[in-house]
Amino acid sequence: MTQELVLVVIKMIVVFAVALLVVAYLTYFERKIIGHMQLRLGPMRVGPHGLLQPIADGLKLFVKEDIVPHDSDRWTFYFAPILNLVCALVLLAVIPFSYNFMVTRLNIGVLYILSLASVGTIALLLAGWSSGSKYPILGGLRSAAQIFSYEIFLGFSIMGVLMISGSLDLVKIVEAQSKVWNIVYQPVAFVVYIIAALGELNRTPFDLPEAETELVAGFHTEYSGFKFAYFFLAEYANMIIVSCMAVILFLGGWKGPVLPGIVWFLIKMCAFFYFFIWVRATFPRYRYDQFMRIGWKIMLPVTLANILVTGIVMMLV
Amino acid sequence: MSWSQLFFYVFAVLAVIMSLMVVTRRKAIHSAIFLILAFICFAATYIVMNAELLAAIQVLVYAGGVVGLIIFVIMLVKAEEDEVRQTHGQWIIAAFIALILVVEVAFVFLGNLVQRTGNLAGKMAQAGGNTEAVGLVLYTKYLFPFEVASVLLLAAMIGAIVLAKYKLER
Repeated sequence: MTQELVLVVIKMIVVFAVALLVVAYLTYFERKIIGHMQLRLGPMRVGPHGLLQPIADGLKLFVKEDIVPHDSDRWTFYFAPILNLVCALVLLAVIPFSYNFMVTRLNIGVLYILSLASVGTIALLLAGWSSGSKYPILGGLRSAAQIFSYEIFLGFSIMGVLMISGSLDLVKIVEAQSKVWNIVYQPVAFVVYIIAALGELNRTPFDLPEAETELVAGFHTEYSGFKFAYFFLAEYANMIIVSCMAVILFLGGWKGPVLPGIVWFLIKMCAFFYFFIWVRATFPRYRYDQFMRIGWKIMLPVTLANILVTGIVMMLV
Repeated sequence: MSWSQLFFYVFAVLAVIMSLMVVTRRKAIHSAIFLILAFICFAATYIVMNAELLAAIQVLVYAGGVVGLIIFVIMLVKAEEDEVRQTHGQWIIAAFIALILVVEVAFVFLGNLVQRTGNLAGKMAQAGGNTEAVGLVLYTKYLFPFEVASVLLLAAMIGAIVLAKYKLER
């Protein structure tokens, strides 16, 4: 019993330490890749090819002055970034990186991720409200509206996969893809999932809550120093989660020839990171009404039709 | 005492503390925050009792959805901030209702009115997960109430849209 507990604690430390390091270096790769796409070099000064840049950034944020605005609600102001980061990091607990490397196996893995992600949204609302100034509150409201609605499409796009694999258990979902990956059966759902995920992540074509030209920096305008770093880390941790989910649900998780499972998983995950960064460098920001129209008038009917067609095909086959 | 029992009591005590914080905070937004934490603690106790589906729904619907709505309302009425403060004007009625509830619960438990089924959720989890079990019961035995509830929600949704539209158009 005690041995089991120790093992779980060690796994947790490994997963979270690696995740935090990956998150830090994601920011580096994002700057580097976007730099090269725009014919710049990106960070070059700190260490060879700027490799120590994330560490320097972290140190800078750590020693910065901790500013709390006068009109803010102090406790809520401190609580919001913590809630956001915790809700992002605990999701890693159920991700199966290979058949036997995961912190815990939960038979409702998918629901666990969806439910805690929705609590993370509330943190953005709280952050916007508690800052006590107008741009954050507008940004907070926007991000809440955006994430609450895109959560629906995210959930619906997953539904077809769940119907095929017949389980909410992430390990069973991957096992069900031994022969054919779900992306073959569910191409439409995959596309909708990627778009909804971009909306959930507040990333560039849909980064309306942080639209610099309209809202300064959205819900985290008043945040600085380490509290800001919490939001930043949470955003990139969510990127990891979304990529992991895409790999597990549509691309066969750790399945792949020759190489060990965990390597395949990481390769597929990195492909998604690259894709998200690529999208950021390619597309301009959508207008808010366009964004909502895409969601409710196109993606909702498409996902519902997808569920219907999946059901009919499953009945017939 | 096994680990799961230990975790159960830790989260149960935390849930009670958080619930107390909900009713004692002066600011409505702080109450809402403690409500999230209380719901998560409840969900943790469900997990310990092997009722994973219930725990996930608890967090998804209550901590994510309902508290989200509550915070929306608090945010939108911020202009009259002094009125958002919690008062204790109804404590006599509240105490009376709480007393009735305590008596009811005591009556049910002491009078052995609960059928003792043992660790039902645990058995379900071994038999293949309680998600399947809940789904099966929901779509066979309780299909009619389930559909009625869906229609009710749909009606509420349409009603809300009509009310909002009516105001906008005027």
